[in-house]
Amino acid sequence: MKWLALVLLALAPLMGMGNYPLHLLIMTLLWAFVYTGWAVMGRLGMVSLGHGAFLGIGAYVVVMGWNHYGLSPWLGIPLALGVTALVAFLIGYPCFRFKIVGHYFALVTLALSEVARLIIVALRDQTGGSLGVTPKTALADASWSLSALQFSSKLVWFYVILAFWLGGLWLWGRVDRSMARLALEAISQEEEAAASVGMNITRLKLGVTMISALMTCLGGVLYAQYQLYVNPETVSGIGISLQMVFGAIAGGMFVRLGPTVGAAFTLLLAEGLRLALGHDIHGLDSTIYGLMLVLFIIFMPKGILGAILEALEKRRAAKSKTAAATA
Amino acid sequence: MEIFDIFLLEAIVNGLLLGGVLALLALGLNLIFGVIDVVWICYAELVMIGMYAVFYGHNVFGWPLWLAMLAAILAVAFLGALLHQFVIRPVLAAEPINQLLVTGGVLFFLQAVATLAFGVEFRNVGVNLPALQLGGMYLSFARLIAFLVALGGMVGVYLFLTKTFLGTAIRAISQDRAIMPLMGVNPNRIFVITSALGGGLAGLAACLLVLQYDIHPAIGLTFGPITFLICVLGGLGNMVGGFIAAFIFAQFISVGGFFLHIEWGYVIAFLFFIAMMFWRPQGILGGK
Repeated sequence: MKWLALVLLALAPLMGMGNYPLHLLIMTLLWAFVYTGWAVMGRLGMVSLGHGAFLGIGAYVVVMGWNHYGLSPWLGIPLALGVTALVAFLIGYPCFRFKIVGHYFALVTLALSEVARLIIVALRDQTGGSLGVTPKTALADASWSLSALQFSSKLVWFYVILAFWLGGLWLWGRVDRSMARLALEAISQEEEAAASVGMNITRLKLGVTMISALMTCLGGVLYAQYQLYVNPETVSGIGISLQMVFGAIAGGMFVRLGPTVGAAFTLLLAEGLRLALGHDIHGLDSTIYGLMLVLFIIFMPKGILGAILEALEKRRAAKSKTAAATA
Repeated sequence: MEIFDIFLLEAIVNGLLLGGVLALLALGLNLIFGVIDVVWICYAELVMIGMYAVFYGHNVFGWPLWLAMLAAILAVAFLGALLHQFVIRPVLAAEPINQLLVTGGVLFFLQAVATLAFGVEFRNVGVNLPALQLGGMYLSFARLIAFLVALGGMVGVYLFLTKTFLGTAIRAISQDRAIMPLMGVNPNRIFVITSALGGGLAGLAACLLVLQYDIHPAIGLTFGPITFLICVLGGLGNMVGGFIAAFIFAQFISVGGFFLHIEWGYVIAFLFFIAMMFWRPQGILGGK
């Protein structure tokens, strides 16, 4: 069942899918990968509003290296991952060491994503500032360039991003099954008690944060290389950071496919509203979108997939109860 | 060297004046957090709505400026009460992070509503106040007024909280939420009043900011993040701490912006904030 769905998904673009639906599918998988990365730490009570910084580092380090130093993305990616790991450590270590949690953690990380955005804007001579930047094209006389990591074919990107998405789900599962998850869940409930039975909170939290931050950074690289355009608002700052959190929450951050459902839902909702309402009334689509986000958090705090699974669980429980009663 | 010093002094004094407005913004947010235990991520968007209210009252309906400002303060106060009643109240029992996020959703919503209703054009109320010349320094008159009104507003809130029955009830409920219903105080009524008061302070800040900045739907993002950082640096809910932190931040922005570009002023302020969090995570006045 699961594998059949995957094969269907992998074959979908080969069955004469138009360019636009394929683009939507790619973007859904890309954001699903990023949201899953966020949820790896978010579900354990570490609600970061700073993931925009990691996305921005991934996108800008690779593009800047390529544009200004001719550095191939193949070298740019390890560099971006290194910078991300360093930043995540510099923020994470003191936060976890000094038990900065809850609102405080969210607001400290929010500062981080704003710092990333402001630095990109302030370095406007190199980064193009708020106008954004395009990686120098390597596609002038070829349809693809492996060394520049640029492909004009959407199909190539579909399979690349599909692979990353599957990798992300696998990582999510690994973390989910690890001892660290049980330990961290205990920590998110009662930090002092967990520490008192000998858990190294700082190291566990830092490990999960690293996985989450590096995934987000890779998402930034993929975004920049696929779109061939980045600007500071779309890959860093408070807006995109909140969007990641909403996506993960809307789908349900406690189940593996939750962030993916969230990505599909938010993207299709935004696109659907944009198409249905058009551009004649500027802002109407995002007004409805914002309203739905608010209603979602109020009435469906566990997310779409979370709520569905819970309902199914309840029905099954009720069924077995009646079965037991009649027997 | 002589010239250099006077410009630096000018930056410092302007930073001091900026601090007044930031302190007013932080006061409203701290009041709400202190009493209701919720951070309004959309606080600066209420300020944005207030700025549009002043613009519409004054420039579209042609009301005198004072009337437009008064109407704006009342409108945003009402909006604050609505926000509590319809958005915060349903999630009061939910996870704290859902309370934070729901106001994040309101942030998107208000920005979109402003785009829908007012368009993306930059608006200006067109009230030009002169620059004051003081011993070779040029100071913004609008900022001076903002500074004085902000100080006045803070004294007013302080007196309200300490001298009136309602203020005492608000302070009491922020200390012990469980015991107050037993004393015959309806907590939800206090929460709505506090939200309206917080909204009113956002409206007051809007009246001061509208004299210095153009209005557009994303203007809130200019003040929002910095306001949260001030509140956290001062210790969430700690009004005196927020007051001091506002002036520290304003100096970083103003003097940092003087030596480098204005964005670098913000970057330095944010980095300073992150460094401070590790030194004093509970705020500058909090114990370790």
